[in-house]
Amino acid sequence: MRLSETDSARLAGSPPAPSYLEDGTTLMSWLNTRDHKRVGVMFLVAVIVSFFLGGIFALSLRMKLLQPGPFLMDALGYNRLFTLHGVVMIFLFLIPAIPSAFGNFVLPLMIGARDVAFPRLNLASFYLYLAGAAIAIYGMVHGGADTGWTFYTPYSSTTPTQVLPILLGVFILGFSSIVTGLNFIVTVHTLRAPGLNWMKMPLFVWGIYATSIIQVLATPVLGITVLIVSVERFAGFGMFDPARGGDPVLFQHMFWFYSHPAVYIMVLPAMGVISETVCAFARKNPFGYKAIAMSSIGIAFVGFFTWGHHLFVAGQSTFDAGAFGILSMLVGIFTAIKIFNWVGTMYRGAIAFKTPFAYICGFLYFLVFGGMTGVALATTSLDIHWHDTYFVVAHFHFIMVGASVMAFLAALHYWFPKMFGKTYHEGWGLVAASLIILGFNATFVPQFLLGNYGMPRRYYQYPEHFQALNVASTAGSTLLGFGFVIILIYLAIALRWGQRSEQNPWGSKGFEWMTASPPPTHNFDEIPTITQMPHDYRTHEPPGVIRVT
Amino acid sequence: MNELLRRLLFLPDQASTFARDVDQLHFFVILTTFVMSTAVGMTAVFFFIRYRRRSETQTTPHIEPPAWMEALFVTVPLSFFLLWFFMGFSEFVRQQTPPSDSMDVYVMAKKWMWKFAYPDGPNAINVLRVPAGRNVRLLMTSRDVIHSFYVPEFRIKKDVLPGRYTDQWFNALEPGRYQILCAEYCGAGHSIMRGEVIVMKPQDYEDWLASAKRGLASRQDGAPTSIDFAPPIGNLIEQGKRIAAEQGCFKCHSTDGTRHIGPTWLDLYHRREKLNDGKLIDADEAYLTRSMMDPALEVVDGFQPVMPSFEGRVSGPEVAALVEYIKSLQSDAVRTGPSEGPAYAPVRNR
Repeated sequence: MRLSETDSARLAGSPPAPSYLEDGTTLMSWLNTRDHKRVGVMFLVAVIVSFFLGGIFALSLRMKLLQPGPFLMDALGYNRLFTLHGVVMIFLFLIPAIPSAFGNFVLPLMIGARDVAFPRLNLASFYLYLAGAAIAIYGMVHGGADTGWTFYTPYSSTTPTQVLPILLGVFILGFSSIVTGLNFIVTVHTLRAPGLNWMKMPLFVWGIYATSIIQVLATPVLGITVLIVSVERFAGFGMFDPARGGDPVLFQHMFWFYSHPAVYIMVLPAMGVISETVCAFARKNPFGYKAIAMSSIGIAFVGFFTWGHHLFVAGQSTFDAGAFGILSMLVGIFTAIKIFNWVGTMYRGAIAFKTPFAYICGFLYFLVFGGMTGVALATTSLDIHWHDTYFVVAHFHFIMVGASVMAFLAALHYWFPKMFGKTYHEGWGLVAASLIILGFNATFVPQFLLGNYGMPRRYYQYPEHFQALNVASTAGSTLLGFGFVIILIYLAIALRWGQRSEQNPWGSKGFEWMTASPPPTHNFDEIPTITQMPHDYRTHEPPGVIRVT
Repeated sequence: MNELLRRLLFLPDQASTFARDVDQLHFFVILTTFVMSTAVGMTAVFFFIRYRRRSETQTTPHIEPPAWMEALFVTVPLSFFLLWFFMGFSEFVRQQTPPSDSMDVYVMAKKWMWKFAYPDGPNAINVLRVPAGRNVRLLMTSRDVIHSFYVPEFRIKKDVLPGRYTDQWFNALEPGRYQILCAEYCGAGHSIMRGEVIVMKPQDYEDWLASAKRGLASRQDGAPTSIDFAPPIGNLIEQGKRIAAEQGCFKCHSTDGTRHIGPTWLDLYHRREKLNDGKLIDADEAYLTRSMMDPALEVVDGFQPVMPSFEGRVSGPEVAALVEYIKSLQSDAVRTGPSEGPAYAPVRNR
């Protein structure tokens, strides 16, 4: 890699090119941009807004659950809130969070490209996201839906609430996801820099590539499914509603055929982030590069054949339960391979405990516990007691919050200097990280116990013996909420008043640090030639700036 | 040990023949999970302490795992997962295969109540009576959306679907009372769609069944209701309140004037109600009784005909007690208008 001719060039006097942030400051220059970095930043803002919206819904739910009887809101209000919490968090935050925001920003930089393969399509993906979000929010304002994010029929085909706009919103958001996935696949195939063969690609790129495959293959099935439910509601067409000759379990098969792989859409990019950051903070080459890269593809493949483990008590045959049960065990293996290799990466490294590293530690613990409880849930006889209880809620929040959100925060802190060229306050970063990790445990560990105790999910009122654990969980959720607000504040301060950061504050040898921070619009003056693996720390000089004029 | 772990993990009592076996595997799985996640966490902490960064220009060696280590990464978790799978699946097969000597009870779920029907006689709302120590098979279906029959103490759960039957069997160990919960989200009343399993001593169960059959026969014959079924002598209003609670009336009717699935009972007596065919009626004793026996005939405007018939389910004296109870629900305010619409209504009738 031709890296460190850089500083000498800068000293030689040629003025650096303006960063992508300075290249046009009007609103139109943002709304009409084709720059992957600006699209990524716009996605980042949008998903953070969605995250706080979904978080407010979550905290309202937790407040209601302080009391076993009616409290604060009525049953219908509660049912609408948990539906909105699920829809917003999954479709507006988790699915686009890492691929569309950080993937867009970092992936072309990592492979030494000037942009993604289809820059206009990339911008279109953002507008599809906005359109889908706007329609879903229209549905929320006009009464919201009370189906849960799973839209199980025949409830969803018969309830009088505003299911249609929400379904339509989800349908359009699906296209945003497909377009982004397609764009990344083509980008990775065609725009890699000279010398960057597949087995040299950064592991984050492998994670995003595997995610994109799932997005392109699975999301159409979700589109078809919600479309059929819409037609059933709208035109009385009997596909899923037995009163009209349909089959309600068919819906569950089709829905989970998307929604189980969708779990990996949310988790694989998170795993990619951890693969990058663990190397950067341990200053060490990835232990088992091939194993980590290939297990991403393995998850993307086997993830398509496990959907039936959501239907163990839904009346599917015992044989099906056995088949899906054993296939689900295989997905766990790929995750286990990754975890051992991440821990192995730390062996004989040079570990710096910075804010992103705190989230890496949280991620590792939560992913092991969340993942293994997932395998436990796929153990057929145990699932019978746990199915549709708070144990399931706690399990998937361990994965969605404990893994995906922790990785999102690690990525946000790790790439913040890259994206904005500013430094945040490290002390507050660690305070917020400890609050979040503590609050997370306090919120969701009691929910595992509630599930064991037998409290079903989506309960507005509950028998009184569940109250103590619910109060503990609510207390934890307020800590979690405080943690996120602190992050929002210190990052906003850093954006406005933060110190100018160095070009590569972590001394990272990830390829995205080859160029300036923040990068110029065209990323590289001269497309770099890659000659080594990412995160090779056998020599100490950090990757410098490719000369940009 | 079993009892200690059960309490630590907040598991409910082990009241069926499945419970103990399921919990044994549960303990094994959760303990492995704890050990593994702690081991990974501790290793990370150890590496962090041992290999913390000493200088900003520190270099590290390039290390890749040998093949045997990668193989270990795969085989160790895989053997655990497969062990769990086979242990779990053999128990699952047992749970899914009802023994041939089971006694059958039919279960019908609807928003938001459970109905139980015994092939040779009585039926009941929200209360399932079974003898201890006997295999019971539930044959379940739903009248509207998907529900799920869940008894935590028995470690059983099965979705109850419209348009098809699912079955679930269990064998309760000891006499006792256990809550039935609905575990599949089914709308506004989902969280209060609760029932009760009463496990009786086999002899008590036979006695109850016999008396229930007698009561059924006498009512079908039109003869005076047997003494077993007459409400005990006492305040009719109090009895009515108790019967209304037992029959699940309050799931749809409020008594404080708030809007719900059915019209509120507050000030219902002698209210001028507009029906859905435009007719105006006076909610007198006769109308209240007709509404219990044939609810779909005269439906108040704005409400859906979702109420089941209570014909044969409440006896004459019980109807009287219910009517007296409704009559007693009078507010001080003078109300003349018809009922407001329901707080919640299904899109169409079933």
